[in-house]
Amino acid sequence: MKNIRNFCIIAHIDHGKSTLADRLLEYTKTISARDAQAQLLDNMDLERERGITIKSHAIQMEYKVAGENYIFNLIDTPGHVDFSYEVSRSIAACEGALLIVDASQGIQAQTISNLYLALEHDLHIIPILNKMDLPGAMPEEVKDQIVDLIGCDRDEIIPASGKTGLGVDKIIEAIVERIPAPVGEPDGPLQALIFDSVFNSFRGIIAYFKVLNGEIRKNDKVKFVATGKEYIADEVGTLKLNQEPKSVIKTGDVGYIISGIKEAREVKVGDTITKVDNPGEAIIGFEEVKPMVFAGIYPVDTEDFEELREAMHKLQLNDASIVFEPESSAALGFGFRCGFLGMLHMEIIQERLEREFGMTVITTVPNVSYKAYMTKGKEEIIVNNPSDLPDPSKLDLIEEPYIKANIITKADFVGPVLSLCIQKRGTIVNQSYLTSDRVELVFEMPMGEIVFDFYDKLKTISKGYASFDYHQIGYRQSDLVRMDIRLNGDPVDALSSLIHRSNAYNFGKKICEKLKELLPRQQFEIAIQASIGAKVIARETVKAMRKDVTAKCYGGDISRKRKLLEKQKEGKKRMRQVGSVEIPQSAFMAVLKLD
Amino acid sequence: MAGIYIHIPFCKKACYYCDFHFSTNWKVKDELIDSLEKELELQKSYLNGETIETIYFGGGTPSVLKGEEINRLLDKINKLHHVTKDAEITLEANPDDLDAVKIKEIRQTAINRFSIGIQSFFDEDLQWMNRAHNAGEAKSSIMRAQDAGFENITCDLIYGYPLLTNKKWKENIQTLIDLEIPHISSYSMTVEPQTALATFIRKKQQPAMNEEQSAEQFLMLMAELEKNGFLHYEISNFGKEGWLSKHNSNYWFGKKYLGIGPSAHSFNGESRQWNIANNYKYIDTLANGKVPFEQELLSPIQRLNEYVMTSLRTMWGLDLEKVKNNFGEEYSEELLHTATQFIEKQWVKHEEQKLFLSDTGKLYADHIASELFIG
Repeated sequence: MKNIRNFCIIAHIDHGKSTLADRLLEYTKTISARDAQAQLLDNMDLERERGITIKSHAIQMEYKVAGENYIFNLIDTPGHVDFSYEVSRSIAACEGALLIVDASQGIQAQTISNLYLALEHDLHIIPILNKMDLPGAMPEEVKDQIVDLIGCDRDEIIPASGKTGLGVDKIIEAIVERIPAPVGEPDGPLQALIFDSVFNSFRGIIAYFKVLNGEIRKNDKVKFVATGKEYIADEVGTLKLNQEPKSVIKTGDVGYIISGIKEAREVKVGDTITKVDNPGEAIIGFEEVKPMVFAGIYPVDTEDFEELREAMHKLQLNDASIVFEPESSAALGFGFRCGFLGMLHMEIIQERLEREFGMTVITTVPNVSYKAYMTKGKEEIIVNNPSDLPDPSKLDLIEEPYIKANIITKADFVGPVLSLCIQKRGTIVNQSYLTSDRVELVFEMPMGEIVFDFYDKLKTISKGYASFDYHQIGYRQSDLVRMDIRLNGDPVDALSSLIHRSNAYNFGKKICEKLKELLPRQQFEIAIQASIGAKVIARETVKAMRKDVTAKCYGGDISRKRKLLEKQKEGKKRMRQVGSVEIPQSAFMAVLKLD
Repeated sequence: MAGIYIHIPFCKKACYYCDFHFSTNWKVKDELIDSLEKELELQKSYLNGETIETIYFGGGTPSVLKGEEINRLLDKINKLHHVTKDAEITLEANPDDLDAVKIKEIRQTAINRFSIGIQSFFDEDLQWMNRAHNAGEAKSSIMRAQDAGFENITCDLIYGYPLLTNKKWKENIQTLIDLEIPHISSYSMTVEPQTALATFIRKKQQPAMNEEQSAEQFLMLMAELEKNGFLHYEISNFGKEGWLSKHNSNYWFGKKYLGIGPSAHSFNGESRQWNIANNYKYIDTLANGKVPFEQELLSPIQRLNEYVMTSLRTMWGLDLEKVKNNFGEEYSEELLHTATQFIEKQWVKHEEQKLFLSDTGKLYADHIASELFIG
């Protein structure tokens, strides 16, 4: 155990985490440069394209220093706030962390919040100044930031470059020297922390764990504490480039277990693996991952509902964090109300449905999860869907989730960032200068406000120089309303949204304007109304079609014209009818991207 | 009975709204005419020996051809096909080309019908369109053609563009009536993609076309011409009894036609094909003894939909009996069923197993056809 080093990497997107990790793997001869796919740790296509690690992974390296064999377990962490719980569990499995900071960009919000998490878990931090090869590197300035942040000595910071390989030897040395070996009771009852799981279509769910106490052997009868389920450990092993079966994984080490589990939801990150016949206690810190953002997902073609259901089930097999239940909409037919960890997660699911299952879907206006309390009996109702919102007359009060948001930006952009956050109903709780030019702003704001277009706006107003991170801080009372959209008096359920009263007028106006643009002119006039209850708050009109194009039609026109009219007919077939009005799919999608 | 279309892809200048295939580079004009002759030879069997009842020179601007060039092409056609004695032989012409010499030249050929691209009798409108002629030439060219003995003349007029007030529109129509022109083709200004006009509108240098105005001027056109004894025999075509265009009518009756020249379309009853829309490639390919075309085979449903689209536009209407006999009863029934909503709105009339567009219905011809499409 004394020669095991468990560590993770904390870095902002694009600060070079994956490239530097690859250098470590090469240096320890875990892989050769030749068979390294660029950035090995990110092995989902989607991850590689987006340049971020969505799901965490782990890999074991062996290295000999001064005649001693060391085992390094690198536990990779996802780089996005949507997956912060998984990050916290990965961190909990480590004794040390490499803090990678881009020498040309400095510390970002994401880095800070993960760093705090690591410090909370008493991880030893090895600060690394990466991308030293870049002409724009400002090592002295960024070193100042790091020293301020973690209170280390200046010379503890290792200059490095994933590209040139600079500093890799120093990092290896620091891992051995500075990161403490894990501690635990080899003879105690088994307690292994699950920090990740992956889906394999042949072997089922493979859980990754770190043994805190005791040991786990092949064919052990094990129990997952939170789910209460028992399995036989069909295979245990360590995570090399490929899985390497072992007969035992001992205290302090990191490994995997295959036990014939078919569904991802049986393996919960943060859960404890123990033995049936000498059970240990649950490791503290387990939480059920709760979806934060909800939206309807509907097949573009109503006939594809069953196919969509199957695709969703398959997705859930390897991503237990999505939840869904059937819902139906008068406008869109049958679909699912889905819960996601956040907006990125929602986008990823949408993209995976498209890429892996060829399913194009319509997503409805997303909302967060609200709590409604009834006047009668103070009954609490969870509202994940605009249609769940009880009649206002029977409501005592509604609460909405709040977040604490950390934003780090250049001093120049403090003004615009402040006004954006205030516009989003945020209140500032702290403002501190990290350096003379970099400011950290801390806000409390409703989570519902970041669901729409917060990231995009923040990026725009800060010209890309703002990083953002948040965590939930509980529920607060809110003046929430349901805004409905009516076309010629008929409500279009798929366009309803839950929104704070103060935003309703503006949002309603924008939706009406957008719909006016997107609804094709029909044989009659269409009134578009946004309303709260019976009160109309915005209105637009699409005039009746006065004339269709009736251009010439001679010998050379017939083919083209026929195709045009066929296309028109085809497009109409795919429109959804509400009352007498036909709505193109683009209208349902476009309300997600107003402005 | 079949028709031959010959495309002459040259113009003096580019009208801002036009998306036909043409070039303002005349360097290859001679070569191109040679190629047209070659194509006529290569395609001599396309119509299966059917008698030719109409020939149409379209463009571009066919009036850039000299009389002898027209004769060369017509001689070639006569050598390869049987052409009826009373064949309708039309030449599209721009007013600026129709000087006394040119008219005299054409009078020596077998051309017996002129289609003159008048568009408007107002200078500012013609300039706005970037036409090559002016208002004076518009009128004088017609009179010269008539003086030379051409009776069968059709003129084009465009409506529904911002400059055209209702007063001017009425005057344009009246001028043609006064000149005793027996046939008029009239089109609503359509903004085709990739035209100069489309660019101007996108860049907000020009206002978009106004649907209301266009509808109103179309209704004016119908009223004025009907009052003056014209038959509204197709959405865009009006003619006095006996002066309807045979060549164009045959397109709507689904007859066969052979199109010669770059971008020209042909139809043999089962498939449509169209030549490459590039003068150089057209010439080069024919130099190698091949016709550069693409082809599509029509399924029965596509043929039916084409029939629906074209027949509805005509005064002869969509014949449900014919649909029943040629395509099957389920289709004639489906058509009638779909048409019910339009019959109720009085956009479509249902008479003697035929469907016709009402005057209001004519405003929505595309919409109605698309709705009636099978599939």
